[in-house]
Amino acid sequence: MAVTHITDKMKRVDAYEKARGEAKYLCDFHLPGMLYARMVRSTIPRGNILSINLPELPDGYYFISAKDIPEGGKNALHMIAEDYRCFADGDVKFIGETIGILVGSDRGVLYELEKMVEVTYEELPAVTTIDDALEKKAIISGEDNIMCKLECEMGENVDEVLSKADSIIEETFETGYQEHVHLETNSVACAYEDGKFVIYASAQCPFYIRTSIACTMGIKSDDIIVRQMTTGGAFGGKEHFPDVIAGPLIVACNKIRKPIFMIFDREEDMEFSVKRHPSRTVFRTGLDKDGNILGTDIKIYYNVGAYLTSSYVVLQRGVFHSTGVYRFPGARAWGFGVATNCFPTCAFRGFGAPQTLYAIEMHLDHIARKFGYDPAEYKKKYFLKQGEETITQGHIVEKVMLEEMMKQITDASDYYRKVKEYAIGSGKGIGISFYNHGGAFTGNGEQAIIKAKLKLKKEGEKVSILCGSTEMGQGFRSIMRKIVSDTVGIDIDNVFYDNPDTSKVVDSGPTAASRSTMVVGFLCEKAAKEMKERWNEGDFEVIKQYEHPEGHPWDQTTFRGDAYLGYGWGACVVEVEVDKLTKEVTTKGIWSSHDIGRPIDELIVHGQVNGGIIQSLGYAALEKLECKDGRFKQRSISSYIIPTSMDFPHQEYFFVDNPYPWGPYGAKGMGELVFNGADSAYMGAVERAIGRDTFKIPMPPEDIQGVVDRK
Amino acid sequence: MSKIEFTLNGKNVVYDGDPLRRLVDVLREGFQLTGTKEGCGEGECGACSVLKNGKLVTSCIIPVGSVGGDEIVTIEGLRETEQGKCIIDSFAEGGAVQCGFCIPGMVMASQALLLTNPHPTEDDIRVAISGNLCRCTGYDLIVESILLASRKGEGLW
Repeated sequence: MAVTHITDKMKRVDAYEKARGEAKYLCDFHLPGMLYARMVRSTIPRGNILSINLPELPDGYYFISAKDIPEGGKNALHMIAEDYRCFADGDVKFIGETIGILVGSDRGVLYELEKMVEVTYEELPAVTTIDDALEKKAIISGEDNIMCKLECEMGENVDEVLSKADSIIEETFETGYQEHVHLETNSVACAYEDGKFVIYASAQCPFYIRTSIACTMGIKSDDIIVRQMTTGGAFGGKEHFPDVIAGPLIVACNKIRKPIFMIFDREEDMEFSVKRHPSRTVFRTGLDKDGNILGTDIKIYYNVGAYLTSSYVVLQRGVFHSTGVYRFPGARAWGFGVATNCFPTCAFRGFGAPQTLYAIEMHLDHIARKFGYDPAEYKKKYFLKQGEETITQGHIVEKVMLEEMMKQITDASDYYRKVKEYAIGSGKGIGISFYNHGGAFTGNGEQAIIKAKLKLKKEGEKVSILCGSTEMGQGFRSIMRKIVSDTVGIDIDNVFYDNPDTSKVVDSGPTAASRSTMVVGFLCEKAAKEMKERWNEGDFEVIKQYEHPEGHPWDQTTFRGDAYLGYGWGACVVEVEVDKLTKEVTTKGIWSSHDIGRPIDELIVHGQVNGGIIQSLGYAALEKLECKDGRFKQRSISSYIIPTSMDFPHQEYFFVDNPYPWGPYGAKGMGELVFNGADSAYMGAVERAIGRDTFKIPMPPEDIQGVVDRK
Repeated sequence: MSKIEFTLNGKNVVYDGDPLRRLVDVLREGFQLTGTKEGCGEGECGACSVLKNGKLVTSCIIPVGSVGGDEIVTIEGLRETEQGKCIIDSFAEGGAVQCGFCIPGMVMASQALLLTNPHPTEDDIRVAISGNLCRCTGYDLIVESILLASRKGEGLW
């Protein structure tokens, strides 16, 4: 029997059951008497429902809709607000909105029945792009289609700075939709067991589901049990979206009282699930005659779709990251969440930060080149340092090691030689980016909103970890057991963690915001320390609740203060060659360095770095998802292209050691950080290779050709 | 309806039913072999990969009627062999597994490669798994784990 220490190389505790095909995802799971469900969805972006004509349903088949919500319930899913309807009722707001679900025993029959449902509509004018919405081609939310907004500023007055500047550069950057493509599609089941509703879900946040659908049913949260199943990837796509499936299922289960499963096929999952927010970021940046930045005014627009979901929080993060890892004398950022009749956008790894970080990096690249500076050296002048002011008038609490990180990757990639050798427009290019990601909920949200708790339970020589945080592939299950093993000093096989069941665990908050290791892991370390001291007391439990360190004020109404106590920091170099004829891009090298505090497990963070960077490169280079008149054009894996093993080469990666005082063994959040910057390094390299500035991602070869053809 | 006889993980089996049914459904629902996953249903993602006479195929686009007389191996069969154990061990040791949904298919793809090329290069491996999508790992640790398997399993293939 041996203790697993934090520095020990370990095998993930779930590796064998997954690799042997023994792990049970929801699609591998059966309940006696189970039925299946299939959604009936709206086919127009906006309109009134005039009639719903059902085919004759065979015995044992049902159609469930808003009228089946029980008395006392509400046609709403309580995500952050109660704005998302469980079922469209009377009207529809986007293509793919749930009108009802068909339930029965045979999926083939359900598929045929769904095609026979006839819905007639009175179509209403719709807005399906940010431009349509801002031009008020139709008003679908409030008076101006702005569903949420905020403003932040720091330093010198930006209007004055811009009026005195020698020049002003105005640039607009756009990013597209991105689909999560977790290899396991969205899947939820609902059963009625011993007087309670039980949800089985592929999900990140079991307690979110419970709150959301308790509202729909008008019952107490405790009357619903949510059990997370082994989850085959999520990336934010299973943060709030499982509620949209669980809501109709619980209404159906209430009526039918049999277990009902809804497992999306890939096409449904691509066409009718939440996505990353498309964005537009507009900079007006004032410069002196040498190209030094005096101040910048930033306007940020995110397409939030027809319902708010988590979009206001996503937008906040976009605004808070809009000045990147830099300090300018003055900065102001405005964020607008724009309502459209499109499928709602929601969480996706990075949660609003990638869009603005991409924009600021490209903007600085462009200014640097315009004034004849090397982008790396130019950006370095503005690196934030410990104690300096952020866009929210808070300060950077930790030591910032960007210069060390920059040296690691510029040395490893031979950056300075290559930027000299690769002439602008030569077909060869190298780009560099810097980025960060604020760990955990903004400000004091962990204490004020989440109230995260964790319980450790000792029985004999065994310790169980009881919390609502989930394993979705990122390694949480392994690192939590490792923390307890090392801290208490017991064999890792005597430490237990099961997929959460809300009736058995305490609510440690959502598995989101790069917070689980950093916040919940720290609670786990604290509880384990106490357990070790009291080890001889027999069987007992320790519960720890989050406490916000003092001296870091935050005002959630004005968005002023220390937004994040611990940022992850990143730097990335990408080198490319662009084929002169076809504009196909070959990525020649990828080098990254990250400050994640101190890793709990080097192999797990290695996997996170590789995976996050490849997702980010897919976002920049391949993953085009177009929405035309409210309908996604790419609806399958063969039309929406995610990276394969052939698309990008082996990566070189580095870390710096910068232990974080409020994380377990010095760890900070990292799951999202590693998504936040490879895209702009890649685009910087492409720009050098083709000798043109670019203003949007994704940028597949045909769009590069378009840029080159531009006069 | 027709009877289709084939070998499944070394045993002779008979399927009696619709010959147009997808092999993946027959494996998962008929034989309860749920280690084979369905990721896309159009032969693009490789999660449903199995071996047919030693060659890698995507079972979501193969009708069961086309495997009469063939030898089909799924992850449930492979995991009990020395070769399968070596690949799975290497995946665990090398950090190849994250969410795991693509991994049974990746293990099958690794086996198909090593059967024909016991000492693959990194490039050989990248080509061999290019039909198997993974959204978590960025592939580097999967590639390294397959290299590890080829070293650790010297002589097995």
